[in-house]
Amino acid sequence: MRIGVFVCNCGTNIAGTVDTAKVASEALAFADVVYATNYMYTCSEPGQQEIQRAIGEYGLQGVVVAACSPRMHEPTFRRAVEKAGLNKYMFEMANIREHVSWIGNDREANTRKAVDLVRMAVGKLRFNQPLFSSKMPVNKRLLVIGGGVAGIQAALDCADGGVDVVMVERKQYIGGKMAQLDKTFPTIDCSSCILGPKMVDVSQKENITLYAASEIESISGYIGNFTVEIRKKTTYVNWDACTGCGACMEKCPAKKAEDYFNEGLGTARAINIPFPQAIPKKAVIDAQFCRQLNGKKCGVCAKICPVKAIDFEMKDTIVTEKVGAIIAATGYDLFDHSVYGEYGAGRLPDVITGIQYERILSASGPYGGHIRRPSDGKEPTEIVFISCVGSRDQSVGRPYCSGVCCMYIAKQAILTRDHLPESNSYVFYMDIRAPGKNYDEFVRRAQEEYGVQYIRGRVGKIYQRGDRMVVQGADTLLGVQVEVEADLVVLATGVESSSGAGELAEKLRISYDQYGFYMESHPKLRPVETNTAGVYLAGACQGPKDIPSSVAQGSAAASKVQSLFAHDMIETNPQVALVNERNCIACGKCIQVCPFGAIQWKELRGGIKKAEVLPSVCQGCGVCNATCPPKAVQLQHATDNQILAEVNELCA
Amino acid sequence: MERTNTLSIQQSRDSDFIREVEEASGQNLSKCYQCGNCMASCVYTFAYDYPVTQIMRLIQLGQKDTVLKSSAIWLCANCQACTTRCPNNIDVAQVMETLRIMSRKEHTVSLPDIQAFYDEFLRSVKTFGRVFETGLLPVYNMRAKKPFTDLDLAPRLLMKGKLTFFPAMVKQRKKIAEIFEVIKRDRFSKEGKARPEPLSSQPDI
Repeated sequence: MRIGVFVCNCGTNIAGTVDTAKVASEALAFADVVYATNYMYTCSEPGQQEIQRAIGEYGLQGVVVAACSPRMHEPTFRRAVEKAGLNKYMFEMANIREHVSWIGNDREANTRKAVDLVRMAVGKLRFNQPLFSSKMPVNKRLLVIGGGVAGIQAALDCADGGVDVVMVERKQYIGGKMAQLDKTFPTIDCSSCILGPKMVDVSQKENITLYAASEIESISGYIGNFTVEIRKKTTYVNWDACTGCGACMEKCPAKKAEDYFNEGLGTARAINIPFPQAIPKKAVIDAQFCRQLNGKKCGVCAKICPVKAIDFEMKDTIVTEKVGAIIAATGYDLFDHSVYGEYGAGRLPDVITGIQYERILSASGPYGGHIRRPSDGKEPTEIVFISCVGSRDQSVGRPYCSGVCCMYIAKQAILTRDHLPESNSYVFYMDIRAPGKNYDEFVRRAQEEYGVQYIRGRVGKIYQRGDRMVVQGADTLLGVQVEVEADLVVLATGVESSSGAGELAEKLRISYDQYGFYMESHPKLRPVETNTAGVYLAGACQGPKDIPSSVAQGSAAASKVQSLFAHDMIETNPQVALVNERNCIACGKCIQVCPFGAIQWKELRGGIKKAEVLPSVCQGCGVCNATCPPKAVQLQHATDNQILAEVNELCA
Repeated sequence: MERTNTLSIQQSRDSDFIREVEEASGQNLSKCYQCGNCMASCVYTFAYDYPVTQIMRLIQLGQKDTVLKSSAIWLCANCQACTTRCPNNIDVAQVMETLRIMSRKEHTVSLPDIQAFYDEFLRSVKTFGRVFETGLLPVYNMRAKKPFTDLDLAPRLLMKGKLTFFPAMVKQRKKIAEIFEVIKRDRFSKEGKARPEPLSSQPDI
């Protein structure tokens, strides 16, 4: 084989600590290498042309580029060699930037290691075979997991583009956290007024299938051809019949069910439609509180229901949907402040969370939009807001900034002044994070026009004094301890990953960070893609986000899906496992270990059984290759011979 | 208390001091982002010349003199409310303890009475195996040159049995005295280290 080696300087990124000219000259001495050079920026257009020129001039049959990570530029160089007439798998990349120049300053050692890596790449390349991909049809249906504002935006954008959308929401209604908010910053738009029309659109678009009160059971397949099992959870109400009239709610005698929508302020009926604008507007029975389901005599709802939709015998059902792409938009949860003993550990009734205060402010909330405190229903006059509760706090394992609390506190303080002009609001803050458009102006307005008293410091403790609470904090600007008597304390609880995010990530085969937020493929350049092809991210499941960013990301993910769906066929990846039937002893071990169910039995003439890889399902993980006793299964482009050649070169 | 309203950072910054405090206390002081929670939680903020948040800030700026001469480090009761509440898991009380030790070494103790009380308290423990208040208090009062302070309380405390005429006879009090020796030896063997490892982390003797 005639091999060419191209060593990239990457400006000073590599050449700064690696003698690239020496690497090239040493590479020229390797067997089969007929040409080697170093170049300023190999990935640049002239750099690629140099490779193509050398392929023609020296009759190269394989190319090694020693440069950055293959995750960065492997596709670039594969395209370049393909244009010059080589098979794109007759190319190897040695990572001498992330693995060499960026991690050490010792020029001599770096150069030695770079030479080793190039020798390994050349060694492997000698065993490379041309590989060819096949084409597969794309199922142009989209699954959106999560019906918050990000998921809704993604679903509507795709549906507008003619894509069939399946939306799965685990709660009984869509709208997510935004549906619970009263107003939105920095415009004080009514949240349900701007979200409502979008929710209605989801229910009315003919090409959107909505599964509310449902969860993802399992996902199999690959980009273009996923099969998804959806568990429709028991609601005890036949939603095909239910008209959402609400007669059952009125008559239900179990009045002490937990009111999740109102964050535990007030109570709900055991059969419930959480709010008037709910989509879908269907009732659900809370089995924990229903009398009938707890062995008592009742069944009032079943008697009152005009369409006979109540079904106490209902069970979970599983439906299967086939889609070509998936958008995860599972949103976030709010930090549980009960770990903060100094803030009453959740036992002080008038210490509430920001989302509870949203419900109090909301006209459809538990107090009809009148600000009252939960303990005795009195109108508060002194209201203290505390920021960074479960944000930027290493001691509770939440060192990151939640990004939205500064803004929602300012909004709530402004609304408080609108509701109760005689009240005084105090905000304890560490820093104000208001980098969005018109955000800082908004926070300034809270201070300048609405007279909100901002105090720079954390709060050390809250304790009861009479029927008020004493908030003891610091004003670090003055260097003094301060005390505020408060009727109501609102904790700006931070954003954390949604419960169950990890389990779903495993089903989706995507990665998540130590806090449970889903990992994007590249933090800057691939912000809505994941490392699993065909799975995209939208909204706060990827990290704390406000509404504008969530909506933008929903649209971004939708456009990614539509550019995928613009193709009728997609190319498969030929780097998959392949069975050499002559060596296969039909032990079946590969079938057992394959995590993707990509290997099955195949019967030859005479009833001889052999293993067979389904290339479209195989993800190229190589477990079968490692397991196979006679080494009959080989992962293409990472065969035993190729890997051993690398090891040999390293040990040479 | 003397406060400076202007500070020439380069001229007054003592970076060795920052390193020494960090090494001796085992805390990373650049973690402090000045949220003020220690100050908010501290029961003695009212009495300090510099609230504890500012002590942390002064260390970050390498203001050795100001820190080691402050009264705050000696008024600190080591109640550890600051340590408990610190969102960055800084053991602030440990930092204050480190500063007390450094201030003794540098002879910049702002409140020598409190230092004297620490000394007499420990001497009492070493001698008797536990504190003998009736002995400790007069000795401390003499050292602090205020012989009659709280003397009026003595009869009532004696009557209630809170003070006794004779020290309690602690069994094996020599063993307790040995602890002091071990710590002293330990400190000598680790020259330059202001604070020995806590006993609990040492192998059983």
